[in-house]
Amino acid sequence: MNPLATIGRVFIGFLAGLGRIALFAANTVSHCVRPPFYPSLIARQMMDIGFFSLPVVGLTALFTGMVLALQSYTGFARFQAEGAVATVVVLSMTRELGPVIAGLMVAGRIGASMAAEIGTMRVTEQIDALVTLSTNPYKYLVVPRVLAAVAMLPILVLVADVIGVLGGYLVAVYKLNFNMSSYLRQTVDFLEWMDVISGLVKAAVFGFLIAMLGCFHGYSSGGGAQGVGRATTNSVVSASIMILVVDYMLTELFFATR
Amino acid sequence: MDGVPKIQLSGLKKAFGPKRVLDGIDISVAPGASLVVIGGSGTGKSVLLKTILGLIRPDAGSIRIDGEETTSLDATGRERINARFGMLFQGAALFDSLTVWENVAFGLMQGQGMHRAEAKARALENLASVGLPKEVGELSPAELSGGMKKRVGLARAIATRPEIIFFDEPTTGLDPIMSDVINNLIVACVKDLGATTVSITHDMHSARKIATHVAMLHGGRIIWTGPIGDIDRSGSPYVDQFIHGRAEGPIQMQVRA
Ligand SMILES: Nc1ncnc2c1ncn2[C@@H]1O[C@H](COP(=O)(O)OP(=O)(O)OP(=O)(O)O)[C@@H](O)[C@H]1O
Ligand SMILES: [Mg+2]
Repeated sequence: MNPLATIGRVFIGFLAGLGRIALFAANTVSHCVRPPFYPSLIARQMMDIGFFSLPVVGLTALFTGMVLALQSYTGFARFQAEGAVATVVVLSMTRELGPVIAGLMVAGRIGASMAAEIGTMRVTEQIDALVTLSTNPYKYLVVPRVLAAVAMLPILVLVADVIGVLGGYLVAVYKLNFNMSSYLRQTVDFLEWMDVISGLVKAAVFGFLIAMLGCFHGYSSGGGAQGVGRATTNSVVSASIMILVVDYMLTELFFATR
Repeated sequence: MDGVPKIQLSGLKKAFGPKRVLDGIDISVAPGASLVVIGGSGTGKSVLLKTILGLIRPDAGSIRIDGEETTSLDATGRERINARFGMLFQGAALFDSLTVWENVAFGLMQGQGMHRAEAKARALENLASVGLPKEVGELSPAELSGGMKKRVGLARAIATRPEIIFFDEPTTGLDPIMSDVINNLIVACVKDLGATTVSITHDMHSARKIATHVAMLHGGRIIWTGPIGDIDRSGSPYVDQFIHGRAEGPIQMQVRA
């Protein structure tokens, strides 16, 4: 075994994988704009992704906001800057933690179930059966999931932002004895539209990545139950990594524009 | 055979890695014929059907449907051709997120845009023709027995009245009486709908009943083909061994004694 050849093979395999994902994404986008459309399938996916993710996303956002207030207070109290707690909580939540936390939660909940469902359909030949019944599997399976995720993630993140800020408020007011109205004023005073909007744009991009990767891994899975298990794991791992990488890139982009 | 064959394969090849499954298949099926493909387990019968449907891309060779080359078709052309096919998968491949009747009506509603109520009525008729009462229509595929799944798959394959129907082991897992019902149904598809069918079966009784022609697949090639009437005097020791189900003969099964 030549170690250089092995490294080369792994690298080429990695590039080939990226190429396949890019091709899959391009295919998905091109099918998004061509009929037939399946509104009822999109609605069902929206329900699944949006509504049923609310408890998990809400709960994680609440505790994130709470711990943010507590931690930033510990830091700022050391140089008498407690007044900045509210601003730090709301900016971190809207710009960064809202989208990332919601994205990671949805990747675990929805990305995994998409990969498992589509993977099972692949290994039991249901996808082949779709094709023989003159139904394009991209349009029937992939597009509704991707569209629903792109539409619902920003809404989830908006909810997460509000609940996160509420969590920070609860800790600040009831535990750290901040004044209610001045905390609220500090929350909105330094907040700009761009902070919220940049977070929502991130959310939409994460939604696309989660659904696309979940569908991709399911769609290209093989090898029975084990293959489906692998597809599920890969979808969560790759979506989580992509969320963090793309989060940095988008932050840099927004940072540069203002 | 006169005129253009419905299905014509020439030099069709497919390998999975080093394993050559189809190694130059040449065969043609006349319109209205019922071809039965026989051959040992794992010789590539299912792969052959999936390759014709475009679900598996062949490495070489040509597939002509009504004289039209399909191996070079783009996605839209493929969809147009596939609308003329029906397929019963070996594992039934029912959609488990839909009810039984929605499975059967799928091609009617999605492919042909039929209304739900009308499609349901048609689906229930089709279920009845495979011996399933209408209560079964409301169940989910997970609640069915293996033989019932097969029959639902069959009902789904014929629901759109396609011109060309593939049956991958239609009677495997059914009791002898139900097998005969299904055999009659396949014969009726050919007779009444004028469909061209290709079936895979290991059951020689069923083959004799439904086939007009037989082809035997072995070693990636069609080693014998002819009308069903000639099968007992094929002159091929392979065919003889297969139809009489003998362990001794030119076909060696890979087993350890
Ligand atoms: N997707 C695939 N990837 C790799 N190998 C495959 C694939 N599909 C089929 N094969 C191989 O091709 C060969 C033929 O498979 P096929 O399913 O066509 O057999 P068959 O003739 O239908 O057998 P049976 O009568 O048992 O159904 C098998 O050896 C199988 O291992
Ligand atoms: Mg088979």
